[in-house]
Formats: sequence, structure tokens, C-alpha cells
Amino acid sequence: MTRQERTAWLFTAPVLTIIVLVFILPTLLALALSVTDYSVYALASWSNLSFIGLGNFTALLTTPLFWRALGNTLLFALFGVPMAVGTSLLAALLLNEATVRWKPLWRVALFAPYVTSVVATAVVWRYVLNTRYGLLNYALGAVGIGPVDWLGNPHTAIPAILLFVTWKIFGYNMIVFTAALAAVPADLMEAARLDGASAWERFRHVTLPAIGPTLLLAAVLSIAGFFQLFAEPYVMTMGGPSQSTVTVLYFMFNEGFQWWNLGLASAVALILFVLTLAVTLVQTRLGRRYEWL
Amino acid sequence: MVTVSFMPRGESSHFPPPFWPSRWSWENYYELLVRRYIDGAWFDYRVLPALWNSLFVAAASTLLGLLLTVPAGYAFAKLEFRGRAALLRALIGSLVIPGQVAMLPLFLMLKQVGLVNSYAGVILPSLAGIFAVLFVRQATLAIPDEMVDAARLDGASEIRIFVSIILPLLAPVTATLSLFMFLGSWNDFLWPLIVLADQHRFTLPVAIAGIGREHAADGELMMAAAVVTTLPVLTVFLALQRYYITGLLGGSVKG
Repeated sequence: MTRQERTAWLFTAPVLTIIVLVFILPTLLALALSVTDYSVYALASWSNLSFIGLGNFTALLTTPLFWRALGNTLLFALFGVPMAVGTSLLAALLLNEATVRWKPLWRVALFAPYVTSVVATAVVWRYVLNTRYGLLNYALGAVGIGPVDWLGNPHTAIPAILLFVTWKIFGYNMIVFTAALAAVPADLMEAARLDGASAWERFRHVTLPAIGPTLLLAAVLSIAGFFQLFAEPYVMTMGGPSQSTVTVLYFMFNEGFQWWNLGLASAVALILFVLTLAVTLVQTRLGRRYEWL
Repeated sequence: MVTVSFMPRGESSHFPPPFWPSRWSWENYYELLVRRYIDGAWFDYRVLPALWNSLFVAAASTLLGLLLTVPAGYAFAKLEFRGRAALLRALIGSLVIPGQVAMLPLFLMLKQVGLVNSYAGVILPSLAGIFAVLFVRQATLAIPDEMVDAARLDGASEIRIFVSIILPLLAPVTATLSLFMFLGSWNDFLWPLIVLADQHRFTLPVAIAGIGREHAADGELMMAAAVVTTLPVLTVFLALQRYYITGLLGGSVKG
């Protein structure tokens, strides 16, 4: 072994060991766990553990709450991703305009929610969304809309949480888009303007192709993020009202750490993983077709 | 948020919502951070200890995380060794696995070795910094090979090269990374919630979520809790936001 090689192993071995111990090995164990009936009994003694093959997966298929959680998560992603990516792109475009003043200030103000704790911001939003004295209902009342029980009504709980999540993660995508917009070729933009292209045409034919890869990346990351939604519903609604905000990860947490059905919960985690992977693959395909990647 | 946290009890639930407290009051902070009198007994929310716990956990995972990932990132960028390319591919590939998949078995493993309900258990997963290693590697690639080779010709040892040439050059990257690690650990919620059972060891978000369940109606108290949780990170972020934002771009936008 050369001197370089010895040093390289000295430098990489510790972190690689930890990655294997706390990430790779548990992931493989999750595969194993998902085909057992690991529950509170097995937690007491290994002898109560038995292999049940795909039993957990078939059990999930007949669990209404799992389908509910899956549906809720898909709803979150379906509306949340366009909302989160769209608004932040719009903000980045606005901030990119030369006429906007106080740019750094705006950037930091809009980015700040992203770095703060979900729990703390959820507390604030629960207050804003309060039925009787919340600011949102107060504002709506000013334009003649009666009070809405945002977090207490199964139909409005998802939009309310979406509003909160969008506000929270908005800054991250905005910063990424701002950087991508800076790379849009200025001479191409100038040429389009001289040719009399409208603002929309300029966006569609000059900006969009240039920021395409970034847009795709933001979409992929946002979907993964929305699939992993947990803390927001946990803190805001506890999954309620009438289970309208139970997400897949929330379901996993409850099954695993509330009822100690760790086998079943592992199966849920794997389904979540496969779903995320599938969406990512589809998006990469799409991106390739339109030559974005 | 800040104004409500200073309102006397019950004022925030008036309609229309007041924007300004009628009388500035410290009682929410006193109650939250020190103690409260309920049913003839003094009761402590343990927010202040939770604040220290959070600070300790975040500082420890940042320091250990840097210690582990920075040398590794450098090695992956500049040191020749067998299996480097394959390991690198494996690291990038493992980025697609969501952390939650590993959570349940990891909990069982920690239980086996008696690390459940310990700070070590909270910190351990955050040290598996795949992203951090790749981040440092990316930054190190920009350092010219000639510098390293010249030092080697001069007879410097590999450790010496890393410590006195590479580390100073990586200082801004390290600053960015430590900010990421610190904020990530400070804001983490799900894992501490799973691992910690004893409320004396709760980190701040877990403690606040617990208080929120019982006192959701006390708007003023919860706002004070939100201020206490947000203020430290917001201060750190505002002071170092330049590093944070450039680091964010370095990590995510690649042409």
C-alpha cells in the first residue's frame, strides 16, 4: 500500500464505517424486517418473530387508513409541487427584474422561513389559521368571506397545511431559481426583445429552456419532499380532522413507534421509497425527452 | 409573532386580532422559561434545559460531522486509492434512499446496543454525511493538483499537506458546511422524537411540540415558545447567510 493509499483509508474509513452502520445496514435490515411480523411481542423476545413473506404488503392493501394516507400524500404532492415550484419561480422572476429594489433584503426575508424549525413556524401558523381570531380569517372577513375552520374541517385542512408548507420551503427553490436565471444568456434575451417577442414568449423560448434542468431538479426534490411530509401534519393537526392529513410517513411513524408494528412500518417505508424512485425515474425520462438533462 | 408573545394572557384571542400588546408583558417568557404556578404547585416546562440540549446536540454533531466528512471529501477528490471510483458511485447511488427507510431498523439496532434515549443515539445518524462528503469533494476538485504535488516533492507528509495546505483553502466551504449541519441538527424533529423518551433529554423542537399539544389554546405562550426556538437560528443564519446561500448553490446547481 502506498503512502497516499494509507492516508486515503485513514481519511475515508471512519465516515464510510458510520455510513454503512447507520444507513446501508439498516436499509438492508428494513428489507428483511418488512417480510416479518415484527411487533411488540418480538420486541420482548426474538422467538416470537416469524417470517410472513409478503404478508405485510397484503395486509396494507386491506388497511383503509393506509390508502387514506397514500391518497392524502398524493394530494399533497399533486397540489403542493406546482404551488411550491410555481410561486418560487414567479418570485425569482420578479426579483430578477432590474427595477426591483432592496433585492438582498427580499431574498433573505423570503428565505428565512426555510432555515427555521418546522415546529416553531407551525405554532405561528396555527395561530394565523385559527378559526375565531386568526389573521387569515380576519383578512378574508374583510372581503366578505365568513370564518373558515381551516384545521378543523377535513376539506380545508390539506389546503391550510399546503399553504404553510409552500411558505416554508418557498425560499429554497427561489434561491436556486435566482441562480439559474442569472445564467440565462443576456444577448439572446436582448435579441428576442428586439425581435418584438412578448414577455411570455421571451419566458417560453429563452428563459425556460435555459432554466429547464433546474426546474426539473426542483420538481424532483419537491416531490421527494412532499412524499416525506411528516412534521407539518404532526404538529398542526395530529393527522386530523378525521384522518384527512395522515400522510404515508405519519402512518409509518404511528404504526412503528406508537403501536410497535415495526414489520408493517418497514413495508410502508419501502413502498414510500419505491414511489419516490418511480417518480424520479419518470421525471428523468421526461427531462431527457425534452432534452433538459 | 414577537408582539403576540409579549401580550398578556388571553389578549391574542380577541377579535379582531390585535397587532400590538395593550401592555408589554414578560409573563409568557417567565412562565415558559422559568416556571408556572398550576393548582397550587410550581411547574417547569423544561424549555431552558431543552435549549441547552439542542445546543449541545447540534454543536456535537456539527463538530464530529466536520471531523469525519472533510478529510473524506478531500481523499475522494485528491488521493489515489483502489476502489475510489466504485465507492464514489456507491455514495452517489445511496443518495436516492430516503433516510426514513433506515429509521426503523436503526432504532432496533440502537436499542440492542443501549443507545436509545441517549444523545449519542440522536447524533449518530447525522454523522453519516454522504451529502457532506460529496460537497467537500466538489469543492476540493477546484484546488489545483500542482499545489499538492509540489508539497509532496518538498517532502511534506500526507497529513501535513491536508492540514497546512488544504484545510486553509477549504475554510469557506467548511464554514458553509458547518452552518448546514448545525441548522439541520437544530431543526431536526422526527429522529429526536423517536429516539428520546426521557423529557429531561428532549431537544427544543420535541419539547415545544409536546407543550403545544397541551397548550395549543394559549396563543401567547406558544408564540413565546416559537420566538425562543427561532431566534437563535435566525441570528446565526442572518450573520452567516452569505455562506449559506452560496453553499446552497454550490451543492445544487450544476450547469
